[in-house]
Amino acid sequence: MEVSVQETDFDVGTELAALTTHDPEAGAVASFVGLVRGGDIAAMTLEHYPGMTEQALADIVAMAQARWELRGVRVIHRIGRLLPGARIVFVGVASRHRGDAFAACEFIMDYLKTQAPFWKKEETQNAPAGGRWVDARETDELAARRWLGSKT
Amino acid sequence: MALKILYFAGLRESIGTGTESLALPAEVNTAAKLRDHLAQLDPAHGALLQTKNLRVAVNQKMVGMDAPVAEGDEIAFFPPVTGG
Repeated sequence: MEVSVQETDFDVGTELAALTTHDPEAGAVASFVGLVRGGDIAAMTLEHYPGMTEQALADIVAMAQARWELRGVRVIHRIGRLLPGARIVFVGVASRHRGDAFAACEFIMDYLKTQAPFWKKEETQNAPAGGRWVDARETDELAARRWLGSKT
Repeated sequence: MALKILYFAGLRESIGTGTESLALPAEVNTAAKLRDHLAQLDPAHGALLQTKNLRVAVNQKMVGMDAPVAEGDEIAFFPPVTGG
């Protein structure tokens, strides 16, 4: 299964190793791990759209596979209430050479940020009880858009 | 015409429900018309017009507000996504 949406944590080492198991052609693995930032954030709760989320992530992986020569892809996104330092998201990409793995990993994260139906609610020291929904950032939209019309 | 309608995140909280099923007049045949129709139901649904950059998915695919909607569709309205 390339895509998982889950409450439970994941082990980065296990996921990285699994990407290239039994694949002597893979020469590069690139990965990204997103964490809950600390500072004044006390906790973060992630909501999603069951059914659509899994499909949207699978569509993003398929777009990356059409664009680069990839040997393996793994995307994990956690949901529920997470504390500072907790892992939220993992993207791992294996390819023959590093260029494809680096580019595809960034592409998948940029599209995940703007296309996959997840929403974050932050609890901070100052936020009213129940927390505050995080606003989407224009920079994320621009990051995804820069892949349009560019080959790599 | 009957539709399943879903709301997420802040919009779900403002409207007070995450899902509803409604019979709609035949002239409500696009996502934008559905949004405007729903917004007039009661003050809580007015949040549909107050949500900045409101997004819509028809049958679990993100589409533009001009997308057609038809009987049996699953329509979801939500604010811009913030995962990752």
